[in-house]
Amino acid sequence: MPALLNLEKVEVRYGGIRAVKGIDLTVNEGEMACIVGANGAGKTTTLKAVAGLLEPAAGSITYAGKSIAGVRSFALVRQGLALVPEGRGVFGQLTVAENLAMGAYVRDDEHAVAEDRERMLGLFPRLKERYQQSAGTMSGGEQQMLAIARALMSRPRLLLLDEPSMGLAPLIVEKIFETIAAVARTGVTILLVEQNARMALETCQRAYVMESGEITLTGPARDLLDDPQVRAAYLGE
Amino acid sequence: MDIFLQQIINGLTLGCVYAVVALGYTMVYGIIQLINFAHGEVVMIGAMVAFSVIGALMKSGMPPLLVVAIGTAVAVPACVAVAWLMERVAYRPLRTAPRLAPLITAIGISIILQHVAMMIWGRSPISFPQIIKTHNFNVGGALITNIQIAIILISFILMAGLIWLVYRTKLGVAMRATSQRQDIAGLMGIDINRVISATFVIGAALAAVAGVMIGTYYGQTQYTMGELLGLKAFCAAVLGGIGNLGGAVLGGILMGLVEALGTGYIGDLTNNWFGSNYRDVFAFVVLILVLVFRPSGLLGERVGDRA
Ligand SMILES: Nc1ncnc2c1ncn2[C@@H]1O[C@H](COP(=O)(O)OP(=O)(O)OP(=O)(O)O)[C@@H](O)[C@H]1O
Ligand SMILES: [Mg+2]
Repeated sequence: MPALLNLEKVEVRYGGIRAVKGIDLTVNEGEMACIVGANGAGKTTTLKAVAGLLEPAAGSITYAGKSIAGVRSFALVRQGLALVPEGRGVFGQLTVAENLAMGAYVRDDEHAVAEDRERMLGLFPRLKERYQQSAGTMSGGEQQMLAIARALMSRPRLLLLDEPSMGLAPLIVEKIFETIAAVARTGVTILLVEQNARMALETCQRAYVMESGEITLTGPARDLLDDPQVRAAYLGE
Repeated sequence: MDIFLQQIINGLTLGCVYAVVALGYTMVYGIIQLINFAHGEVVMIGAMVAFSVIGALMKSGMPPLLVVAIGTAVAVPACVAVAWLMERVAYRPLRTAPRLAPLITAIGISIILQHVAMMIWGRSPISFPQIIKTHNFNVGGALITNIQIAIILISFILMAGLIWLVYRTKLGVAMRATSQRQDIAGLMGIDINRVISATFVIGAALAAVAGVMIGTYYGQTQYTMGELLGLKAFCAAVLGGIGNLGGAVLGGILMGLVEALGTGYIGDLTNNWFGSNYRDVFAFVVLILVLVFRPSGLLGERVGDRA
């Protein structure tokens, strides 16, 4: 399968701080990949560089065969790249309906947008109940569902998810992961960042382990799940 | 004649113009937290351009209403161009600079615009061609002119149109999204530069119409007219709660009423110590009172988390 996303020697800096220190990473079309790692490892920074929120200081990022390093985020959305940011980032003062409409901002096939919206409301019935309510009044889990639904409204080819499980109860985490897996089965390529390593490794096909700005381990997620080092460091065994 | 009712009518007329101008301040503040001090000058340019066009066409034999409409139709794109340019050239490069930098730039822009207008239209007050015949109507002992009625109607149409745009269109929702989180708006595919430009442009179109209305109402204009008008409209926006559209409308109308009633009664209340020449003071008294007792304005919400 061809690579949909490819990072080569990507380095990202915050002023003098090198947060990502020359990483290589590949996600194939139709695949579900994850990056696991501790706090401050550089996971969010990596996703932000891919999504066009940060410009890499060095290295190349290729998406669908084109170099996208330094292309700004709004232009990437039109090319099918969507990021569900860390902390959800819903528009708190907009209603659920308006948040979903913003997810479809780049589309003008209104008929299909309406269909997708119905599909999202079927996938997340809570959003249907809260449809005209401001997003800021919803619970963390509901906001996470909205953030995912909103990203899907752009009909992404590559979906980037930054810690969708953050701060959520185990039952809701399970539900969110089921949904992500279901999205993956529809053919959307996924790159997931997680601290909940077990969930991530059990759901994904390919995994990267990140430590202080570097990728220290990579391989099929199943293998990493059995790796004694990974078990000790990330699965609490 | 019923003085109270008369002052209400005059205040409402003036207040509508303040409200339309205040919307421009509040929209720009809402989206980039900038107090665009040059907005009053955009109103002035609207009045000046309309004055020139109307002056040139008034002897052409066209119906007066058409002449004023053409004047407005030229003033709107002129103001839009000025506002678009000032955002593009002066404010955008300072988007990430400390907040004082764009604020001082705004004051600089307003001085530049005033002086450019002075060079084009001269220093002295210009009397606005009174080509529309004034008719008086009697309502409950007070008089209302056809011009006042037109100003009030047009203002309400503009305000309703703006609120429709902001709450019911995709661009409007994108503007509100951008005002909350620019980075996240970008992740939706929203080109925030375009949305911010659109905000300036819409505010400038409103300002142009306000300029024509105020010029027609007062019958004169001058290169400095944007200063005081802008300041009062800004006070109105703060009074209503800056960043809040409904607040700008409410603040503008209240400001007009306070000014008209204050001017009408100040002589009686102070035993003629102060006369109606103190009319410009009221806006600022109101501003100070609001800042003391309700810093976030009448309809304002948490200014804190925006700052
Ligand atoms: N805006 C910033 N300015 C300066 N340093 C930053 C900034 N954002 C992140 N960093 C630093 O970059 C490093 C990587 O941060 P990043 O947010 O990518 O980590 P992460 O792997 O996502 O962590 P977490 O799991 O806690 O979200 C950290 O050391 C962090 O302190
Ligand atoms: Mg992170």
